Amino acid sequence: MPTPKTCARALAAILLVILATDAAPFCGFFVGKADTTLYNKASQVILVRDGNRTVISMLNDYRGEPAHFALVVPVPQVLERSQIRVGDRRIFERIDAFTAPRLAEYFDPNPCERADRQVRDLLARNAAAPAATPAAKRKDQALGVTVEARYTIGEYDIAILSATESNGLETWLLRNGYRIPKGASSALRPYVRQNLKFFVARVNLAEHAKSGHAWLSPLQFAFESEKFMLPVRLGMLNADGPQDLVVYALTQRGRVETTNYRTVRLPTDAELPVHVRDDFGAVYRALFDEQARREDLRAVFTEYFWDMSWCDPCAGDPLTPAELRDAGVFWVDPTGARGALPVMVTRLHLRYTPDTLPEDLAFQQTADRQPYQARYVLRHPWQGRPDACPAAAGYFDEVRERQGREASTLAALTGWNVDRIRSRMALPPVAAPRWWESLWPATAP
Amino acid sequence: MVGIALAGDRAVTPLPPAKAARDNVVPLHPVLPGPAALRSAGLVTRLGLPRDARLVQIAFLGILLSFGVLIRDFTLQPVQMLLTFTAGLITQAVWIATLRLRRKGYLSALVTCFGLSILLRADSVWVHPLAACLAISAKFALRVHGKHLFNPANLGVVVATTLLPGAWISPGQWGNALAAACWFVVLGGLVTGKAQRSDIAWAFLLSWLGVIALRVAWLGQAWSVWWHQLGSGALLLFAFFMISDPMTIPDDRRARIAYALLVALLAYAWQFVLYRPNALVFALFLATPAVPLLDHLFPSRRFAWRGARPA
Repeated sequence: MPTPKTCARALAAILLVILATDAAPFCGFFVGKADTTLYNKASQVILVRDGNRTVISMLNDYRGEPAHFALVVPVPQVLERSQIRVGDRRIFERIDAFTAPRLAEYFDPNPCERADRQVRDLLARNAAAPAATPAAKRKDQALGVTVEARYTIGEYDIAILSATESNGLETWLLRNGYRIPKGASSALRPYVRQNLKFFVARVNLAEHAKSGHAWLSPLQFAFESEKFMLPVRLGMLNADGPQDLVVYALTQRGRVETTNYRTVRLPTDAELPVHVRDDFGAVYRALFDEQARREDLRAVFTEYFWDMSWCDPCAGDPLTPAELRDAGVFWVDPTGARGALPVMVTRLHLRYTPDTLPEDLAFQQTADRQPYQARYVLRHPWQGRPDACPAAAGYFDEVRERQGREASTLAALTGWNVDRIRSRMALPPVAAPRWWESLWPATAP
Repeated sequence: MVGIALAGDRAVTPLPPAKAARDNVVPLHPVLPGPAALRSAGLVTRLGLPRDARLVQIAFLGILLSFGVLIRDFTLQPVQMLLTFTAGLITQAVWIATLRLRRKGYLSALVTCFGLSILLRADSVWVHPLAACLAISAKFALRVHGKHLFNPANLGVVVATTLLPGAWISPGQWGNALAAACWFVVLGGLVTGKAQRSDIAWAFLLSWLGVIALRVAWLGQAWSVWWHQLGSGALLLFAFFMISDPMTIPDDRRARIAYALLVALLAYAWQFVLYRPNALVFALFLATPAVPLLDHLFPSRRFAWRGARPA
């Protein structure tokens, strides 16, 4: 099979349609301070890692009242104020656009001209881018909870807690006005036993009002840890139904995959009917739904892996050194003056339920440097007449066959009914004749 | 994961008749009874299974590799497999010719090549043949008291992933489908049962799942975490197709059980203290030097493949 690079070079006309991420799961759970029902359906995480140095940025699609938002994340150490930052949401949009599954479009050449599949018209369109009192302290200690630090950073009030006992931590959160999802204590226990600290953030309403944003900014932490993992189990407490997580792993050496779950590549380079161009977002969502369902929500899908310094074809402009640093890539020189060290991006997408993801995600960086992208191809037929030349009639027969294959491919990838797809393409249905219709063909409609 | 390397060794010791008869009793057999001619030639047992357990093992490794390549999305190119087998068999032939060994065949080399194909991933085509060459050469070059030291596939994978660029192991590649896990157990049980060294596979599984259970209980995790570990295809493949290689484990049963425990504890430290991936493979590699020591402390009869060519 030709590599994506050679395919892309052979292309002439390319249209890129970027799929906006459908939202994405989080490493913590949201805890409400009122009776609002909160959902944590989807999150995006940028995971930057080299050696033990790790920078995690988390963005969620929380759309409720800011006053009701809170986040609890287990962290390996008490984070200093300087290790925490409120990031820029735009960085997620940029990385999402750069790594999103893409659609490429080709136009058939005139079969009457002996053109060696030279393609013209280069269309490139980016639809991208889219403080406590002494008495309170004593109470905390009785619960085995220590408030190690408190900071207000950007629009968040942050506390770093250590706890000796999960029930005490649950009580502390309740007393401090967090409405904790059922089962929080048992979900917190493994992290307490491993002596992890707890990063607890909620929205500082005054600061949030000043920012003027309708949404919440991403939180970033920088720390050192031997563990290359994401604590996603806590985030399942307030889930109702499957959750989605998109992880952008930025590393120096190679592709990132999970070690305790299967990491699989999505089917790519498939030729699809040209009408997919009108609603690629819906098609890709159906494709992902179907592939995740077939894997029983037990696999992690690779959607993209490439060196960030180039792309072929590009779904978005590569990130600048300054943007990479904003994303947490600490080995990049913002001025670009020093020799550039590589930045590889792996986009992993998983959909899961508490049953299908019993353990937190553990990752490894492999030595794999083969680029991969989820890319789908449209081929527009030549707009001529079958009687234009002797070669044209044969060409249109081939086009019909090809369109039949495209309909079957789309049906196989998305689980959609093939005859509905064919009717949209003005192709006859493929339904097999019923046995009596084969017996008495005359009675068939 | 892999492999039984074999070396129909210098010390071929006949089994006592009673034990040999017992070993013929195998719980499952997927092969129909072979023709009488094969039986009389000593190539198959009364139950129709090949007399040399490596043939059964090769068949199962072939099934696993096909399953992985066809159904499990292994990122393994056909040319990588082809080069692995070519390099492995040529290396074996060169060593046999150089050392003028008469009793060695190619079964063990085939097993090693299957193991490397199943385990090792690379983004170039030269890593697999080089690993196969090193793994099989080590079998002839690194020997202690006439017994080769390292499990060839284990050594090949460790050397490739630590020293060669562009090589890695995908421990999650099998997923956790319990049905598949059951199949590994059945297939592996058959092979290790034939190879008379199944005790180490079970001892290892008990030790490893035991320490995982202790950890789950201590942390207060849900038991689904333990089941998730139990259903790992990589774990079962390791237990039944790698650590149970009878040529590279202690000869005495007590020593084998101690060795299984040692590997499990090393793997635990690798995974849950150092937080490094591929714990089982590296633990076996690190524990290997203990084998000559255990053989010295607990001397016992050296293993030989039944069905290997007679002296």
